[in-house]
Amino acid sequence: MVNYLVRRVLNFLVMVVLASTLGYVLASLAFDPSANYQGGNPPIPQSTIEAKLNNLGVNPDDPLLARYLTWAGNVVSGDFGLTVGEQRVNEELSRRIWVSLRLLILGSIIGSIIGVALGVVSAVRQYGVTDRAASVLSFTLLSTPVFLLAILLKFGAIEFNNQIGTRFFYTIGEYSSDFSGTSWELFLNRLQHLILPTLSIALGGIAFYSRYQRNAMLDVLGSDFLRTARAKGLSRRQSLFRHGLRVAILPMATFFAYSFGLLVTGAPFTETIFGWNGMGSWFITAVQSNDINSVSAVIVFSSVLVLLSGLLADVAVAILDPRVRLR
Amino acid sequence: MTMTTEQPATVDESTERLTRGALIRLRFARNTLAVSGVVILVLMFILAFIGPFFSKYSWDQLDFLALLQPPSRDHWFGTSQIGGDVFALTIRGLQKSLIIGLLVAVFSTGLAAVAGGFAGYIGGKVDRSVMWLIDALLVLPSFLLIAVMSPLYRGRTWLVFVVLLAAFGWMVTARIVRSATMSLRERDFVRAAQYMGVPARKIVFRHLLPNVASILIIDATLNVGATILSETGLSYLGFGVQPPDVSLGSLIAEGTASALTYPWLFMFAGSALILTVLAVSFIGDGLRDAFDPGSNKSKKKAKAS
Repeated sequence: MVNYLVRRVLNFLVMVVLASTLGYVLASLAFDPSANYQGGNPPIPQSTIEAKLNNLGVNPDDPLLARYLTWAGNVVSGDFGLTVGEQRVNEELSRRIWVSLRLLILGSIIGSIIGVALGVVSAVRQYGVTDRAASVLSFTLLSTPVFLLAILLKFGAIEFNNQIGTRFFYTIGEYSSDFSGTSWELFLNRLQHLILPTLSIALGGIAFYSRYQRNAMLDVLGSDFLRTARAKGLSRRQSLFRHGLRVAILPMATFFAYSFGLLVTGAPFTETIFGWNGMGSWFITAVQSNDINSVSAVIVFSSVLVLLSGLLADVAVAILDPRVRLR
Repeated sequence: MTMTTEQPATVDESTERLTRGALIRLRFARNTLAVSGVVILVLMFILAFIGPFFSKYSWDQLDFLALLQPPSRDHWFGTSQIGGDVFALTIRGLQKSLIIGLLVAVFSTGLAAVAGGFAGYIGGKVDRSVMWLIDALLVLPSFLLIAVMSPLYRGRTWLVFVVLLAAFGWMVTARIVRSATMSLRERDFVRAAQYMGVPARKIVFRHLLPNVASILIIDATLNVGATILSETGLSYLGFGVQPPDVSLGSLIAEGTASALTYPWLFMFAGSALILTVLAVSFIGDGLRDAFDPGSNKSKKKAKAS
């Protein structure tokens, strides 16, 4: 077990290095940071542009390998460099990281729990009303790109607000900037802002998990060991939850890692549509402004998240599944 | 992800006279969802490629006398802020999204077949390096990588975008193909070919890949849907199909700015997008059921034992 974990962690580190290298190199090849300083009136002198580029460490005249090594050395010592606006990337990162993490963690927890529950109910009552409704819902949701879903939710919420006459859902930002009140009221205010973005992230997860959980549960329902458990006198409910669910939930741990990648992809859309200043919306503005250092920071963040979810999934499987534990 | 019931056992009697191809077609034709998926997709193709001949306006034509008009007889889907005909724009976008989806699905599945086939058949170092590449590419969501590379195709042909989408879309299928070829590798017909001195390249292309054709067909179909989703997402943010050309994603992005008052600006593009992807996934699932009924079951059982 310890051996297994050590191997996984080593693999994790190698992959993070690889992914961040890929991100930095691709960004350096694709972006033209000097474009940010051109076309101004009066034009900025070439020497100033050079100085600015050197300051950021993104001067295309320096060899790529040298630039990469400097950047990587700084990152290892915990410094992600400067943004195009000459702010420290670290500051921006620490401001934005929790905005995104809150969204992603809540979204994935809600998505997986509701999705798994829905999948189990669908399987146990196969072809019932719930099952059919859940199937239609999840097929439609899986065919709806997250940006369209977020926009529809936003419009629906605005319509709802107009109908009831007060602002129940907030559609922009993560809290009202002019807000004053007790901390409880502030919490409620944040919650009202949180609902829609989290929902647009979580709905995809619900659709995803409910399909797979339903299939896994259906397989288990027909298995011999459940019949044995029933024959020994367990009630249907007991046998389903104590024996059936335990087996059927195992594959979900693996899907968790995969679905986290989808969440990370969804975040840029949700954050821009709902006006959250998280990592995703930062990524988009950074790509638009040729900001190599910021883009690389977001890529490091995403790769760590995706790999961490994979690692968590592996540990979860190792804990839940005795066959893996023995290896 | 199946929604249909498994077919009753009454087929068995008549199957003896059926070839495998006929049986698959029969199973597919009995699947209502899959057939309706085909119908929707065919309608979408007709709309996208024959629709322009019936449209009064072309997609890059502006009608300055009708700005932001709701749907009418003259402009079937209404007009945009600058007087573009939304019907013409939507079918142009649908065309782009469909072509990109098809091209990328074909390319990426082909790439997956070659990479997975050779990795699975040759094994050893080739296998390890292909698997390593797959793992490395799967760490980062392809959306991020393609968005980072978007400046490379800004102002160039959209075919570069297609190549990038394909280059980052083959990994999962390649894994499946690899494991399938690995189990075929030890079979007699492959052994026989080996002893007759058939080179590896020919064994992979002539003997192994035709045997995993069902996997390739299913995955190519499902990849069409996945590609359309990622293409429209990238185009929505301006990292995909570049203006003045349009895709469903860029249409939705432009339309949503003022969509509360002018819902026709994005509604048609949005519904076309959802319907297309839904149709493709119905077809993909139908194909999976037709090729291999109860496939989900047998796989999971094998894993558990």
